[in-house]
Amino acid sequence: MKQCAATARQLGLINCHDCHLLIAAAEVEAHPRCPRCGAHLHLRKPNSLARTWALVWAAIVFIIPANLLPMTVATTLGTKQSDTIMSGVIYFMQTGSWEIASVIFIASVFVPFAKLLILIFLLLSVRLRSTWRPKDRTTLYRLTELVGRWSMVDIYVVTILVALVKLGAVAAIEAGPAAVFFAAVVVTTMFAAESFDPRLIWDVIEEKV
Amino acid sequence: MPPGASGLHNTLACHDCDLLNRLPDQVTTTLLCARCGAVLYSCKPDSIDRSLALTLAALILFVLSNSFPFLAMKTGGLIQETTLLTGIHELWKQELYGLAVLVLLTCVLVPLAQMIGLLYILVPLKLKQRPAFGAAHVFRLIQEVAPWGMMEVFMMGILVALVKLGHMATIIPGVSVYSFGALIFAMAAAFSTLDPPLLWDRLDLRR
Repeated sequence: MKQCAATARQLGLINCHDCHLLIAAAEVEAHPRCPRCGAHLHLRKPNSLARTWALVWAAIVFIIPANLLPMTVATTLGTKQSDTIMSGVIYFMQTGSWEIASVIFIASVFVPFAKLLILIFLLLSVRLRSTWRPKDRTTLYRLTELVGRWSMVDIYVVTILVALVKLGAVAAIEAGPAAVFFAAVVVTTMFAAESFDPRLIWDVIEEKV
Repeated sequence: MPPGASGLHNTLACHDCDLLNRLPDQVTTTLLCARCGAVLYSCKPDSIDRSLALTLAALILFVLSNSFPFLAMKTGGLIQETTLLTGIHELWKQELYGLAVLVLLTCVLVPLAQMIGLLYILVPLKLKQRPAFGAAHVFRLIQEVAPWGMMEVFMMGILVALVKLGHMATIIPGVSVYSFGALIFAMAAAFSTLDPPLLWDRLDLRR
């Protein structure tokens, strides 16, 4: 494959986000919609940095109660037991099911925190106009976009437990307040990854050359 | 058929780094962006036939998954059965409306909308007719909601719940677990056989 050695922006072209049609920016000023698929056209995702920062901050606020409050409240024969995300992981480790413990730890603790840190790192690197390893930073971005959805595992586990375990006074499981905050973390980080535009990483490099 | 644009034949801008890449006339493999390595285009033979067949299979499996019990729990003489929708209903009854809606959207409504949308686009193309009314908008919507269909994540949740409850009671997996497992593969295959550049060419709003 031959490389043209120029970006769409340098040639005054807009790349449609949805159908990848190339459109001359000069043609579309009056009607900013893609002639082929009808999507709104932007040279870059609008207000990408500000939107991503806002969503990242929201996720940071939500992630605190999500980890401190109980995720499930189980009642067995009159005794109540509250479990946070971490206490659930520790319970599984102690009862010997380390596979499940690692699945929950990776999906509910490691991925959300790693995702937030990567997004903050990418945002700062664009703000500081870094030219450091753009290809690796783009890969990092693709990774956050890909793995974010797997954090929903814990929410689904709670849904299934709540539906299955309702034996009246003998045993019952209820969703705790952390479930709502945790779901909010997953949704806001997914939107944050979606609103970040990886092309901003490369724009800096072209401007410096 | 490689994607081409008016005036800029066989040129494609990378969606991740904006570099313009020139495509060869005959594309028979997967092409990556020369600068950042993003997948630009991959060759999909018999795309319409294959995705249509897989989408139909997925729709049948979806109906199965929602009509039979998912898991049953046996403690003493009591058997508690659950379907995909009862869990969502339980969350709603506990006044966790946001969570109930989120699970309903990600595991039921988004996948269903994607399947119906794909059929709406693919059936007229298969019958060699004009594209259905608004098909381009439908296809755009399908692609935009794609990250929010999370059936495979739900399957993982089922496995975790199975082990978690295995300590206290006997859990019997129902018909739905198997059909749901197959549904995930059918949906993934339907989407990976889809050829967006070909579809955009056929659904072009300018025609």
